[in-house]
Amino acid sequence: MSIATVPTQGADPVFHVIDEHAHPEGASTMLGFWIYLMSDCLIFAMLFATYGVLGGNYAAGPAPKDLFDLKLVALNTTMLLLSSITYGFAMLTMEKSKLGQTQFWLAITGLFGLAFLSIELTEFHHMIHEGATPQRSAFLSSFFTLVGTHGLHVTFGLVWLVTLMVQSARYGLTEANRRRLMCLSMFWHFLDVVWIGVFTFVYLLGVLR
Amino acid sequence: MFDNPELLKLIFGRLNLEALPIHEPILVGTFAVVATGGLALFAIVTYFRLWTYLWREWFTTVDHKRIGIMYMILGIVMLLRGFADAIMMRLQQAIAFGGSDGYLPAHHYDQVFTAHGVIMIFFVAMPLVTGLMNYVVPLQIGARDVSFPFLNNFSFWMTVGGAVLVMMSLFIGEFARTGWLAYPPLSNIAYSPDVGVDYYIWGLQVAGVGTTLSGINLICTIVKLRAPGMTMMKMPVFTWTSLCTNVLIVASFPVLTAVLALLSLDRYVGTNFFTNDLGGNPMMYVNLIWIWGHPEVYILVLPAFGIFSEVTATFSGKRLFGYTSMVYATVVITILSYLVWLHHFFTMGSGASVNSFFGITTMIISIPTGAKMFNWLFTMYRGRIRFELPMMWTVAFMLTFVIGGMTGVLLAVPPADFVLHNSLFLVAHFHNVIIGGVLFGLFAGINYWFPKAFGFRLDPFWGKLSFWFWVSGFYVAFMPLYVLGLMGVTRRLRVFDDPSLQIWFVIAAFGAFLIFLGIIAMLVQFAVSILKREQLKDVTGDPWDARTLEWATSSPPPDYNFAFTPVVYDNDAWWDMKRRGYRRPLTGFRPIHMPSNTGTGVILAGLATAMGFGLIWYIWWLAAVCFVGLLAVAIGHTFNYHRDFHIPSDEVVRVEEARTRALAAGAQS
Repeated sequence: MSIATVPTQGADPVFHVIDEHAHPEGASTMLGFWIYLMSDCLIFAMLFATYGVLGGNYAAGPAPKDLFDLKLVALNTTMLLLSSITYGFAMLTMEKSKLGQTQFWLAITGLFGLAFLSIELTEFHHMIHEGATPQRSAFLSSFFTLVGTHGLHVTFGLVWLVTLMVQSARYGLTEANRRRLMCLSMFWHFLDVVWIGVFTFVYLLGVLR
Repeated sequence: MFDNPELLKLIFGRLNLEALPIHEPILVGTFAVVATGGLALFAIVTYFRLWTYLWREWFTTVDHKRIGIMYMILGIVMLLRGFADAIMMRLQQAIAFGGSDGYLPAHHYDQVFTAHGVIMIFFVAMPLVTGLMNYVVPLQIGARDVSFPFLNNFSFWMTVGGAVLVMMSLFIGEFARTGWLAYPPLSNIAYSPDVGVDYYIWGLQVAGVGTTLSGINLICTIVKLRAPGMTMMKMPVFTWTSLCTNVLIVASFPVLTAVLALLSLDRYVGTNFFTNDLGGNPMMYVNLIWIWGHPEVYILVLPAFGIFSEVTATFSGKRLFGYTSMVYATVVITILSYLVWLHHFFTMGSGASVNSFFGITTMIISIPTGAKMFNWLFTMYRGRIRFELPMMWTVAFMLTFVIGGMTGVLLAVPPADFVLHNSLFLVAHFHNVIIGGVLFGLFAGINYWFPKAFGFRLDPFWGKLSFWFWVSGFYVAFMPLYVLGLMGVTRRLRVFDDPSLQIWFVIAAFGAFLIFLGIIAMLVQFAVSILKREQLKDVTGDPWDARTLEWATSSPPPDYNFAFTPVVYDNDAWWDMKRRGYRRPLTGFRPIHMPSNTGTGVILAGLATAMGFGLIWYIWWLAAVCFVGLLAVAIGHTFNYHRDFHIPSDEVVRVEEARTRALAAGAQS
């Protein structure tokens, strides 16, 4: 097959761009962040796989049925899902360049995130209080690690959210800030998707088995 | 106050004076040499007042070329450390016969073979591969820099941080005694309660962050920053293999991060992932780590394949044979590398059907690899071959790698593997492919691109000396190990009973000595080349009459790489430009938009390394302070919105005119 192409035979070929428009800053950021998210996704995949293999090893200790309170988890899930919706509202208002409304929705998102974390920590506290510690069995080790890693991500998301709120307040919805808010948006929704997996795979299936 | 053990523990964790190996003469001697060398280097840099220059122009640089060069220096320095470990092992095994214990106590010997593996893979092969990709890829695709220049600098310093932690273990405390993958339960706290495994974990975690980020960076660079006209199927093969390698990095290093995090939880928190009781499963670790580990070997060898492709085409004076099949072979290897991990532990007991699946997928990999081999041969066929150093390394690779590949296919047969696993046959096999494939490729690449990076060639005499010592040394050192492996000698042994084995170990030790001469000749080659740089000078920027874009600019390239972004019509873009009467633009220069240097990467990596040190020694306050510091510096960095500047057109004119004069002077002489 022929790979060579000689498009400008005859005329002088153009070998360099003369009128170069500068690369718009951050042109690769979205792609780069997306790839980062996929690498993060792989960490979660490993934790899910570990839970899948070790999740049934109770070592004569408590099992999911004894521990999980589905009503609490449903409430928790609601908090996180609502926070995703409100983040969506923040992005919509950002598109309209309404700084005040964007900040408002970001703050609401942060509060929902905080509520999620508080409920999760309450659940953890309760479990540990009952003796279901991460050290008790391989099931609990993998449970706390998977859910805890997700919780850590949400915590970092909150730190990031506050940082971006400060930066938006100070410098406005500039190009750079919009890009950053978009990245956090992807991050936040990504955590939501991971949580759907946790909710189904860990909690719902856990109570079933 | 310092009589209080509780307080001392609070301040220093488990670090105390006993951690200093003053009772081990070998380590004291090493420390003396390293310390003297370090002090001498420090004194020289201070005497010539180079600190400011180094900080401004190198440590804080975001220029992919300088970062690439720093990666190469790191890799070569660590090669000396890794090789010192190798020659110690060879010596120990050659003399530990007939009741002799050799000269290394078990405690020390086990650290040596662990450190050798860890250093050679993570801190020699990886930095050298990443360094070449960093240097060459943006030039090959006609870009000004990578997509995220700051991230690139940060990645480099994280790799250095990991290397620093591993080197520190030599003199403060000790390294892991577990083998290079630290299998539990041996690596669990119950059986390795000291700091060795913690050095291993945090060294790799710190470096791993850097590697993952640099993978993301290079993928974005290749996907987004190619010169106009360079479609995917017009990318140079080295860029293609780099793309696949970085995809593999991003798709496998998070697995390593996760599995080491789980091991850390077992060690620090007392969880039961890989313990023997309470439901833990050590085989889970072995599976997970090889899901990273197998792609890792392709991460190393794919760029080497790319280098051989560039070198073979250039030095045969021909277009690469079967470009399309080369690309597809690379992609197929990328995918298959995820489907073979279980062949590292056929003896786990997963049953005949599982073993057959993984045995067959492993054998299938030899098909695309074979296709590549034939492509290189057909490129050489009827070519006008010039046996310069890069081409010599390439031919040595082809011969050596085929042998290593065939023993690999042999090991892929599960029944054969049951006999040969964990033996010196395996050790011979993977050294055969890693030295014959990766290292020879890197040496070809270093000799090939050195004139691009520095404007003068490497001295061919010392280079050839190094080549012959390395290649013959490799065969003398590793062929005996195949024999020993077939006789049933397992790996990582310290003393031997059967005197009939000794001769083979003595031969292998002699081979290691030949390789030692090869390394010395290589260092001399660098020194001689620097001294003779005027004689070896190349002003054309294209000393090999090469084919790809990096040779279109000057050597060394200006900060901005290309005054005008090139337009590409052919997958041998520069060859096509030369053939069709390309003329260098001499006027009309414009200001060029560039990223600014920053010290944040150094600071962040320094904090991460200190945090690792705190965690290793249980100095919790240090770890906490560094963690908070990391967050604060990272957030603070995002408040800086002005990270770029323009090189004024006057400056571009000055640089380009200097090149015009150099070219004219070169044409006259």
